[in-house]
Amino acid sequence: MTDQLTTPAPSAVTTPAPAPANASTLRRRRTRRVGPVVRHAILIIASLVMIYPLLWMVVSSLRPNSEIFRNPGLLPIRFNVENYVNGWHALAQPFSHYLLNSTFLVLGCVVGNVIACSLTAYAFARLRFWGRNIAFAVMLMTLMLPIHVVIVPQYIMFSQTGWVNTMLPLILPKFLATDAFFVFLMVQFIRGIPKELDEAARIDGCGHFRIFFRVIMPLMTPAIATTVIFTFMWMWNDFFGSLIYLTTPDNFTVPLALRAFLDSQGTSDWGAMFAMSVLSLVPLFIVFLFGQRFLIRGFATTGIK
Amino acid sequence: MSALGELATMAKTRRRGGVKEKHPDNKPALAFMLPWLLGLLGITLLPMIASLYLSFTDYSLLAAPRWIGLQNFVDMFHDARLMSSLKVTLIYVVVGVPLQLALALALAVLLNEGLKGLSFYRSIFYLPSLLGGSVAIAILWRQMFGTGGLVNQFLGMLGLTNLPGWISDPSTALGTIILLHVWTFGSPMIIFLAGLRQIPQMYYEAAAVDGATRWSRFLRITLPLLTPIIFFNLVLQVINAFQSFTQAFVVSGGTGGPSDSTLFYTLYLYQKGFTQFDMGYASAMAWLLLVIVALFTAVNFLVSKFWVFYDD
Repeated sequence: MTDQLTTPAPSAVTTPAPAPANASTLRRRRTRRVGPVVRHAILIIASLVMIYPLLWMVVSSLRPNSEIFRNPGLLPIRFNVENYVNGWHALAQPFSHYLLNSTFLVLGCVVGNVIACSLTAYAFARLRFWGRNIAFAVMLMTLMLPIHVVIVPQYIMFSQTGWVNTMLPLILPKFLATDAFFVFLMVQFIRGIPKELDEAARIDGCGHFRIFFRVIMPLMTPAIATTVIFTFMWMWNDFFGSLIYLTTPDNFTVPLALRAFLDSQGTSDWGAMFAMSVLSLVPLFIVFLFGQRFLIRGFATTGIK
Repeated sequence: MSALGELATMAKTRRRGGVKEKHPDNKPALAFMLPWLLGLLGITLLPMIASLYLSFTDYSLLAAPRWIGLQNFVDMFHDARLMSSLKVTLIYVVVGVPLQLALALALAVLLNEGLKGLSFYRSIFYLPSLLGGSVAIAILWRQMFGTGGLVNQFLGMLGLTNLPGWISDPSTALGTIILLHVWTFGSPMIIFLAGLRQIPQMYYEAAAVDGATRWSRFLRITLPLLTPIIFFNLVLQVINAFQSFTQAFVVSGGTGGPSDSTLFYTLYLYQKGFTQFDMGYASAMAWLLLVIVALFTAVNFLVSKFWVFYDD
């Protein structure tokens, strides 16, 4: 798939045609020579504009506060970790506390999504049962439902069970396959697995659960990887739900801690704020580096064919 | 096929009556579907019904809900802040989404031309869309567009003076958040790139033989064949943009200021429901949001007949 992406367009044939050159082919040949340079220039400038704020934030997080508002450049690069030390201890708990909270939340959600969504997806893709088409249509519609139409009663429900200010309201729904996006992604993937494999397993005496665990699960690891990565990214960044359900600072996740930091500091200690912001982006960046393949595939397969 | 396409084909190919389908897997299916069914009921459907009921009540968590009929909806129409938040959100959707998609399309087309370093550029453009939803980036935006921020430092170097604090000026604050949305064009760009890959090369070969210029190849081949994907992106991005929350919340410090210029609809809903605990009103607002999003989606589908081209 990816090699197709890099195949040059057919018009970019470099050998000049010996055929009589009319005006339009001449013009095309000339733009062809200039074209790649111009296009690379556009792309490089665009990349720089896109990435500059991020680079500058990283560089600034290593600078003293007084310099942040004076130096819009990337140089000189300093290695002054004072901001990191200050930021780490700026709130009631050291920042590691919030990192751990976020990690716990993300892990819970990842486990929930992988188990619940794959079970559901198997049923949709492989089982013939009463009401399947309607259920599938309903599932697709929940994909587009704004969370706001359910958040108020959900909050009331969870406050009655005493779960507000715990992570349960954020994690439990994942164990109930409420992230339809991943169910859909996995259904698409399972449909692509040859049915003969299931049938062979069935002849060998496997029931549906064993087919699911022994045949389908191992074969759908790419879809599971995509689910893990997306769940990680979304929950690491989750703000709306966390803001509503996690009320005391001890339970804050990284986004809430950053927001509390911003509130308490106003606009005084940008260096420390940048430092903790950069820190909060590091896990995302690592996942991006190693999981990009799955992210892009996830987008492409759920987006179009 | 996309979720949207799937829904559309399901609607078209309704099962004909009379044919009795066999359901041999009812029992195992129930086991496999149990988590989802519980979630659908407990996390989605029942709360939806409860939310609809609450929208006709006055409810503040402390006392039992009191039925007030359509009063919440009447109040909404007279609520100046609500109207202003609708306006802000509409501007955000109507300006931000097309800008973001246009940029995504332009760069996808540029990247698809077989240049070297595609994966490098793709990564760079994609990265912001992964980070853009985070509080960290919103904090960065607050600095960048503040009075002495990065943007003004650059503009100052160009000799400009009397620069505004972009996020503290009501006339520009929303613009900075729209810009943040545009900055995250990477994810629709990836979808466009995947779509471009599906266009049969023979069309371009035929066009090249006929001496079509780059521009007319784009206009006559790429664009028409990409319309289903543009449509898909448009529908999704509009739905998402209506629900956008974090960035406005963080950039404005939770207020939606200055003078409500970044008071997004969802931000106002949050304030009503979860800081003032006016939960009946918040529920009514949620239903209005659902209706508006559904209307926009329906209009998108209706209008799509006139511009989306299916090549089969």
